[in-house]
Amino acid sequence: MTATTPAWERVQLARKPERPHSLDYINALISGFVELHGDRRFGDDPAVVTGIGAFNGRTVMVLGHQKGSNTRENLDRNFGMPGPDGYRKALRIFKHAEKFDFPIICFIDTPGADPGLGSEERGQATAIAENLLALASLRVPSVGVVIGEGGSGGALAISVTDRLLMLENSVYAVASPEACAAILWKDSSAAPEAAEALKLTAQDLLEFEIIDEIVPELEPAHEAMDQTIQRTGDVIERHLAEIEAIASDQGIDNLLEVRYQKYRNIGAWVDKQEEMLGELPTPMTASGNPGS
Amino acid sequence: MPDFFRRKPTFNRENADNDGPVVPDGLWVKCAKCKDLVYSKDFERWFRVCPKCDHHARLTAKQRVEYLLDSGSFEEWDRGIVTSDPLNFSANGDRYSDKLRQTAEKSGQRESLITGKGRIRGYDAVIAATEFGFLGASMGSAFGEKFVRAVEQAIELRLPFISVSNSGGARMHESTFSLMQMAKTTAALSRLGEHKLPHISILTDPCYGGVTASYAMVADIIMAEPGAMIGFAGPRVIEQITRQKLPDGFQTAEFLLEHGMIDKVCRRSELAEALSLLLLHYTDATMGRRQPDYVYVSNGLGEDGS
Repeated sequence: MTATTPAWERVQLARKPERPHSLDYINALISGFVELHGDRRFGDDPAVVTGIGAFNGRTVMVLGHQKGSNTRENLDRNFGMPGPDGYRKALRIFKHAEKFDFPIICFIDTPGADPGLGSEERGQATAIAENLLALASLRVPSVGVVIGEGGSGGALAISVTDRLLMLENSVYAVASPEACAAILWKDSSAAPEAAEALKLTAQDLLEFEIIDEIVPELEPAHEAMDQTIQRTGDVIERHLAEIEAIASDQGIDNLLEVRYQKYRNIGAWVDKQEEMLGELPTPMTASGNPGS
Repeated sequence: MPDFFRRKPTFNRENADNDGPVVPDGLWVKCAKCKDLVYSKDFERWFRVCPKCDHHARLTAKQRVEYLLDSGSFEEWDRGIVTSDPLNFSANGDRYSDKLRQTAEKSGQRESLITGKGRIRGYDAVIAATEFGFLGASMGSAFGEKFVRAVEQAIELRLPFISVSNSGGARMHESTFSLMQMAKTTAALSRLGEHKLPHISILTDPCYGGVTASYAMVADIIMAEPGAMIGFAGPRVIEQITRQKLPDGFQTAEFLLEHGMIDKVCRRSELAEALSLLLLHYTDATMGRRQPDYVYVSNGLGEDGS
């Protein structure tokens, strides 16, 4: 792939059913994986897989959105769209990791959180919000990897990690290109243009300093599954070792401070207090200069 | 009253999409819900709530602050913070930067959130209120930055933090920058909690998406105005995607109360009193500061706003 591959093409690659999904990564990278089920509140959401295992010799808690590789699997997995039970299962795993001082690895791959009657009744918004809160102050190191689709709040709910990585052909945005096109273009067939405008590729987000590194796909992940997964494991290891070192050398409070500042500093705004002095904003020229 | 005494309204300005009242001649306003005519002075006196059907019309951020805070006590912060349009976004030829300018001119606000310090029945508090007239009070970079600065000020000043929200969610025009404001605002509240300062969240109509799924639902106490529509996904999206028939009253404040998602449904006219009672308890328990000279104590929290 090249840096100039159109955004829409990336979206389609990110969604390819043959692309490796969370369990492919977990089975290849985590030895002695034991899947853990249920949120201890209501149910066991098949759109989120969680468990415990060893990653390069250390015990970790691992979780991810789980999509299916075909329609039947996808129906069973709700297309990787978790409900509140999935997010609460994840929360249980976060707390478990904190209790035993295990680092966390998250695989992100969802079109978004489930929009359904039951999900609303059981507090979808609350479940996502509570995960954001828990992750912000969780006293263990964490690494997140967007392996396919990073769909809005449903993806964010398990990706507020110390390090955030993306595969080269994964995408991450506030809304799907179709939804964005339907609202701002009033035409969902404008999705390719919306994909471009949303700046949702790994390259874009690295430039914006929202993610920490891109895991290259020399060939698209579904055509070179083993190599892609191994390379992803290597990059995770490097980042995990770095943040574990911060936690052990400088203390976990230091890691929490770095994590807070990481998210605190994301934003693209300017303070026009001085020049406006009670006036309405003057026409702005786009600076494309995040964090200024 | 016999029906013939009721004069049918003769004005022809109608706007079905507008939640706010339609004002035929300035003296009377027409309730957006029951369509009845209300004397406009009454309407204002009742905090823009229809005295006949109790419909709570939407407020601007300015009206909200005016109704909630002690008169003249509001000190606004960070008025100059605006987005820098990081994606240079345009949709179908409509530039985001143009849209921002037009919206600012129309709404009189520069962004979709106002923040500052004020007093509620004598109690100092930091407040953040959304402006729905500014791109549906969507949350982008400037919103997030103003919100976090306000939370940090609350920590600095050791004051409780009150948010009043209605919003369509995260702002699409700033894509992942907007999405990340969910993490940023919530992380700030995590710090507020570590300092044992309360966050009280007031949800008003309509509150959806990235705002509900972040700071607005991460509160020590959550109240909502009667009839406010609150949820993650909007009802039309849910119906389209799932083809499920949604029950009556779905996603209303009362529905959320019934499902254990919020603490109280509170009428607008009783909001300041309910807040002041809560602030009394937190002032005593966690802030170790003296009570204000005058304190309203009532059983305002005892019953839900029915």
